[in-house]
Amino acid sequence: MSAKQTKKKSATAAVKPRAKKPATAAVKEEKKTPARLVPIYIMGKRYEVPEGLTIMKAMEHAGYILIRGCGCRGGTCGACGTVYRKPGDYKLQVALACQKTVEPDMYIAQIPFFPANRAVYDFAGLTGAPEEVFRLYPELFRCVACNSCTKACPQGIEVMDAISALKQGNIAGAAQLSFDCIQCGLCTSRCFGELAQYHMLQLARRIYAARIVPRAEHLADMVKAVNEGRYDRFLDDLKQLKEDELKKLYQEREIEPLAAGEDWRPKDTRYL
Amino acid sequence: MSLAYYPGCTLKTRARNLEEPAVASMEALGFKLDEVPRWNCCGAVYSLAEDDLIHQVAPVRNLIRVKKQGKTELVTLCAFCLNTLKRANLLMKEDVAKRDTLNDFIDEGIDYAGEVKVVHLLEVLRDEIGWAALSQKVKVPLRRLKVAPYYGCTLLRPREVAIDDVENPTVLGDFLKALGASPVDFPESTRCCGSYQVVSSPDGIAEYARPILKSALSHGAEALVLTCPLCDYNLGRAQKELAKKQSGFREVPLFYFTQLLALALGLGPRVCRFELNHGGPESLLREKKLLPQVESVQPIGGKQ
Repeated sequence: MSAKQTKKKSATAAVKPRAKKPATAAVKEEKKTPARLVPIYIMGKRYEVPEGLTIMKAMEHAGYILIRGCGCRGGTCGACGTVYRKPGDYKLQVALACQKTVEPDMYIAQIPFFPANRAVYDFAGLTGAPEEVFRLYPELFRCVACNSCTKACPQGIEVMDAISALKQGNIAGAAQLSFDCIQCGLCTSRCFGELAQYHMLQLARRIYAARIVPRAEHLADMVKAVNEGRYDRFLDDLKQLKEDELKKLYQEREIEPLAAGEDWRPKDTRYL
Repeated sequence: MSLAYYPGCTLKTRARNLEEPAVASMEALGFKLDEVPRWNCCGAVYSLAEDDLIHQVAPVRNLIRVKKQGKTELVTLCAFCLNTLKRANLLMKEDVAKRDTLNDFIDEGIDYAGEVKVVHLLEVLRDEIGWAALSQKVKVPLRRLKVAPYYGCTLLRPREVAIDDVENPTVLGDFLKALGASPVDFPESTRCCGSYQVVSSPDGIAEYARPILKSALSHGAEALVLTCPLCDYNLGRAQKELAKKQSGFREVPLFYFTQLLALALGLGPRVCRFELNHGGPESLLREKKLLPQVESVQPIGGKQ
């Protein structure tokens, strides 16, 4: 049995017990009015789900058990890329299922994964020259500037501009433009030139971080100091404390003010 | 004065020696080359297929960005970018049905009908500054430098996008004269360098270049001046091969026109990025006393 069939079966299996479930007494006690139901279409099939649910929760409400296409449920892992359309609007919309709340009559399908070529490289051997990226991803030059990738990005990234930057050898620009990428792959699903933008731009961000951004020397110094035991004594002291002493210490700790300038220093400077 | 400027991808990677002297020279002449915001690839080559509208999207999107920038003229440096952008512009001006399809698909929120004028930097120098005014700005006349103006194809063909007389172009020769150099007329100045044939048959490219280089040399040229990174790549690669295969064939320096401009305006060799050139231009320039002599008297490799 294929995964698809399993999914379908478990969907129907799970929907029945839920449908039988009566409104609980607890809900009535809180005097909550029952949520209004809105019709949505999941892969073409109509369901009525409470308004205000995210697409992901609505799918679960409808009976789907998600074992793929869901991850962090917080909008950062990129597992739940979703496309939808509204009646009368030719525009294809995109969303993360865990973030977007349902709207009446939306036609929904998830694209949790999209096949994409990811180049194999030994990062240690890369110097960061643009030609290395061109060699690893020659299909970069198949971009026709159709901008479909940008329209498909649920993060609002100017994907085409980032790809243009990469073509221009501007790795820093490509990295900065694509900083919010969560690798959902929706750009790639829409690409006319069959580029795997999210893998290409990930390589750009790796090169940017490792070869272009200046190294933070003070960080290396601090790591060395930590390894050499600079903070061991303080940690040992903390380990000796009783739970309530520890709590008190935590609650009374000095917090850096939001608007603190670069020259802000805590009152207790023992740890600096 | 600020000019909307389209660099093109190659000028940001391989052909920095075409762009950097241009930006510096125009600044010295009182013009700022103002990059089109969010420009993308020009399309690389103009698609001749009747129904291949998708390959017009890239150039037209750039032209729309120029319109959005509030500019009416777009300056290019790369002859290939000029050609692709100018022909796409012509399509948007003349073919209403294709224009509507493209505008609809491109989805940039404004309609475009070819309002932007696409020009080459040589046209700015010729038509907006003028050769006489340019020659007055020359600080280091390129005297005794015999240069063959090589146009290639894309500045002149097809006729409707040519920046000069198709059969008998003079703009590069006039440019060289304004800088004090001696242009060397040669019959192969508009012959094709092989263009993108280098992709499908890299070994055949030397035979495209041979008659061009041979003709320029036999007419007394000491160097060629170019406007196109693809011509530079093909001629540069071909003459290396020819020098290996053929005894007596010597490589000739290939300059971008913007390098000679910067040199003549007295901006010095650093901005010209000669290290990216084919054919070792610096020794020729030293020989002609067009480079500061200090570099040539430095001991090699710092030996005592």
